[in-house]
Parts: sequence; structure tokens; C-alpha cells
Amino acid sequence: MTKTKQPVLEAKNIDKFFYNPIETQVLKQVNFTINRGEFVSVVGKSGCGKSTLLYILSTMDTDYKGELLIDEEVITGKSSNYLSKLRNEKIGFVFQFHYLLNEFSVLENVLIPGLKLDKFSREELEHRAMEKLKIFDMQEHALKKANQLSGGQKQRVAIARALINDPVLIMGDEPTGNLDKKNADIVFNIFKELAAEFHQTILIVTHDPEFAEGTDRIIEMEDGRVIRL
Amino acid sequence: MKWSLILELARALMFARVKQTIVAATGVTFSITMFVALLGFMNGLNTLLDGLVLNRTPHIRFYNQIKPNPNQPIDLSPEFGSAVNVIRSIKPSNSRLAIYNSEPILETLTKDPRVRGVSSKINSQVFYNVGNIDLTGIVNGVDPEKETELFAFQDYVTVGNPADLLQTNSIILGKGAADRMLADIGDVIQITTAKGNKAQLKVVGYYQSGLADFDNTNSFASINTVQKMMGESSSYLTDIQVKLYDFNQAPAFAREYRDIFEIEADDIQTVNAQFETGSSIRTLISYAVGITLLVVSGFGIYNILNMMIYEKLDTIAILKAIGFNSSDVKRIFITIALSIGLIGGAVGLFLGYLACLGIEQIPFETDALPTVKTFPVDFSPKYYLIGGVFSLVTTYLAGFFPARKASSVDPVDIIRGK
Repeated sequence: MTKTKQPVLEAKNIDKFFYNPIETQVLKQVNFTINRGEFVSVVGKSGCGKSTLLYILSTMDTDYKGELLIDEEVITGKSSNYLSKLRNEKIGFVFQFHYLLNEFSVLENVLIPGLKLDKFSREELEHRAMEKLKIFDMQEHALKKANQLSGGQKQRVAIARALINDPVLIMGDEPTGNLDKKNADIVFNIFKELAAEFHQTILIVTHDPEFAEGTDRIIEMEDGRVIRL
Repeated sequence: MKWSLILELARALMFARVKQTIVAATGVTFSITMFVALLGFMNGLNTLLDGLVLNRTPHIRFYNQIKPNPNQPIDLSPEFGSAVNVIRSIKPSNSRLAIYNSEPILETLTKDPRVRGVSSKINSQVFYNVGNIDLTGIVNGVDPEKETELFAFQDYVTVGNPADLLQTNSIILGKGAADRMLADIGDVIQITTAKGNKAQLKVVGYYQSGLADFDNTNSFASINTVQKMMGESSSYLTDIQVKLYDFNQAPAFAREYRDIFEIEADDIQTVNAQFETGSSIRTLISYAVGITLLVVSGFGIYNILNMMIYEKLDTIAILKAIGFNSSDVKRIFITIALSIGLIGGAVGLFLGYLACLGIEQIPFETDALPTVKTFPVDFSPKYYLIGGVFSLVTTYLAGFFPARKASSVDPVDIIRGK
């Protein structure tokens, strides 16, 4: 990793409105930059717009004003197919409710984004997926169905899945919000380790102050504005 | 996007709801089975019923019609030729039923490459003498070999053998006529021709066409026998029957030779137009029923896919979040629909075939159809092809709208909704 600051994610003057039931501005002139290798958390009270912001940053929500750059490339206004490809290749997701595909085994869950990217052969991907699972000590569960795992285990698999395509950025929406203290700590330590050892850029939305304290940088939001960078 | 991944995802989604998938596929199977069985059965019956008349109807029949001469002398006179002439009470003159120059006509027809076979015939009005009662009837003088070859004559000779007609003075009686005369095989019956000639003929068989009226009057004897009976020469023929390779050419063929031979020529299409209409309507009805069945099963698939999509909103959302685009999601659900159609359809075609085999075993005996012992079934591959294609088309359409709905799922809505 280079020592020079290389922006991975840049948000410029992002405004977001909800129109239902009445017009409300949820995000007001959000500006910030996340550089390569940073472990950042976004905190704020519920309803302050932090999840909304994350969906915009994740390219899934395209209905906003302003400009968004990922990996120094303007992605505002790109086609949804292009954004799908970009998400597949450059962004890894970890959600609050694990969101594994219950129809598949743990290994297949990790594999699917890789198969979709279609950069490596299946054998190679399986090998890589096992490597990722080993990081989280989940390799012996590889052939279980996703719904046979505990909450903490599911979340670890979800993180492994987020990593399969070596994304430039990992985003998490309350990844520990649904876990007990012990599992939350495990998951937090995994993120910490990813940031420290693999210099993985990570952006986590959380309302858990303890989690936020452990990150390199905290972005605090209130009423749709960033009040601390 | 690799198809193997699409297939894998589609398969996993189907296996997650095995019961529903099976129900949907069973719907397709059922309708395809019914479609194939129905059409096979219907068309088997159609062929049989049409064959009842069409098989033994010549494609073209040449004969002499007794009618007034259309060229009256007054029309040839220079004075009145261009006027409208009204002549009353014209009678046919100097006409006979026999075909003039029958031998060269037969020769010409036999040489025509479109012709499959030519069979000549004599139609003779007779009285069957039963005691002191005379029953009117018709003796057809035929060539039994040609008649068998071209018009399935042997199928309708229920007792005896057509070849027995080659003995002189033998006759195959219509079943109805035989019953009325109480004539058994081997009996000798007496016949009086329209001109008063009497002949004694030995009964060698019964003929049963299935059309009772026809069987009550018609009997068959060899051409020689009839010529002798009537006291006519060996060139005496009243009908020349032609069978073509392609019976659709019949009208044109009839028109062509009508002018050359200056003779009446009726083609099968004109004479039997009502049979064509009847069978096409029956076919139409069976297609309509079959397609209705398929459409109903299509709605079944539509419902089940819709339900599956509501249940799998999370899965769709997560697939989209990790980089699957709308058309990938659409392809997955179309693939599910088509797989249901393909598997359900294939099983349906097979079961339909079995059903047809089953129907073919059901006894179906009726006096009207002496050669038929079981229900007729048409095993033409056409119906299997149509059924197969239709099962895919309906399932594709049934899958199209749910798939479009799935592809437009907004992952943010689903993830935020939790």
C-alpha cells in the first residue's frame, strides 16, 4: 500500500430528499473523502440519515443530488448495469441481518460474487473462498447450509463474501447491530484485523459508540449533516 | 454473465421450494398430456371419419352426364347467333352413359406422372329379384385389384375376398341388401337390369361401408360380369376413377382433362367440401381446448413464480447488492419458468404418448365401422412438436412478467425495510 493519500471514496455536496409522504431533506450537503487503508465509522442518532448515506455511497440508491467518486472515478449518473458491475468488483457489503442466501452452502455464498465477476476459474475461486474462510476460522463450516450457522458465524461468512473479489472498499450497515456482545467483539476484531493487516479500506455505519471508538476515524452525523469528520 | 451461474441460482431457488415447483410443473405436465392425448384422439377420429368417405372416393371421377346439348343449332346461325334465343323443351338427344373412347382416355391418364392409379368402373341400375318382389339396387362393375389398391376395397369387404370377384358371375352384396334378401355366402341371386336382361350371380362376400343407405343398394361385381349382364361390349365403361399422388392438385387436374376429353370430371374437393369443413372445425376445437389448458397452466406458473418472488425478495435484494444487474435477475426467473416448462412439458409429452397408447386399447366396436375395433389415435409427431413448443412459449410468457417484477426490485427498499 502506498503511503500517499489515495482517495477511494469521495462524496461531494450530496443532497437527498424523500418525497413520501411529504418532501423532507434527509441529507444536506454531505462532503467527505475516505482514503485507501482507512477504517472509518459513521455514527449518529437513528434517523440522522447515516443509513441513507450508506446506500447512496454503495451506489444502490442513485436518486440524489451531488457527485460521488469511487476509486477516483465519477460514478454519478452511470447506468445501473455499470453500477452493478462496479459493486461486484469494487465494493464488499456486510449488512445488519447477515443476508446470506439460505439456498446455498457457506462456500457457495462466498463464491457467488466471484462467479459473477468471472475473473477466475471455479477451482481457483473455491481455493480463494477457502482462504477467506480460514481468515475467520470458518473453513470447517464451508459445506454447511447458510441457515445452519449461528448469527455470529453468518456475519463472519458475510464478511468473507465481501472480500472474495478483493474490493477497494468494504461497507457495513450495523454489522454488529444484531449480535450479542461476544460475537460483536469477534466481528469487530475481524474488521480491525482487516484494516491493520491487509490495509483494507472499511466504512461502517453504526450506532454502537464502543465500535466507533475502535475505528481510525469517526464521521458523526446529525439531521442529515456531517458534524464531525 | 455465465449461464452456469444463472442455472445454478435458478436451480437453487427451485429446490428451495420443491413442492411449489413440482405443482407448477405438474400443471404443465397435465395440460401437455391432455393436449397431446386430445389432439391425437381427435385427429385419429377425424382421419377415420374422413377416410370413411374420402378413402374410397376417387380424387377425380370422369363420367358422361346425360344433358341437353349446350350448342343448339340456332346459336350457330349467322342471323340469330348474337341474339338472346329462348328455346323451350330441349331434350337430351343421342346420349349414353358410357364413356366414348374409354381406352385412349385410360391410356392417357395412366401415363400422366401425377396419377397414382386409374380404375374404371361401370355403374348399373338393377333390380334384385327376391321372390316376386324387386328391390332397386346398383351393381358396381369394378376391377377388384385396382379397387383394393386405390380405394381400400378389402377393408370394407367384411366377409369373403375381393379376389373372388374375378370368377365370372360372382357378386359381393352390400350388407343391407344381403340382409333384406336373406342371401348367404354361396347362394345364387337373380338380378334384372334396367333394360330387362336377367342374370344369376353367386354371392361370394358382403360389403359393409358403414353408410347404411349405401350398403342397402350397392353391390360389387367384376367389370366383365357387369358388361355381360348388361349385354354391352368390353369397352363399355361409365366411370373412370383417378387417384393422384397429391390430392390438392385434383381441381386443376379435373379442369384440364374435362376440356381435353370433353367429359364431366368431378374433383374430390368440390364433391366432398363438407368433410373438409367438418374435420377442420373439429381440429380447431381440439386446438382451442388444448391451448386453453396450456394457458390455464401458464397462469399457475405465473402465480407460483409471483409467490416465489415475494418470498425471495431478500435473495433478490442481496444478489443485486453484490453486483447482479436487473437482466441477470430477470434471466434467473425466466430460467426457472422455462425449466418448469421444459421438464413439465417433456414429462407431459411422454405421458401424453402413454395416454394415446391407452386410448388406442379401448374397444370401439360399431356396425358402422366394420374395420375398427379400438379407438383410433393419430401419433403424428406434429402434435408433440406443437405441444412442446407451446409449453415453452406459455411458460416463458408466464415467467416474463414475474421476472420483470423481480428485476425491478430495489435492493435499498428491501434492506432498509428490515
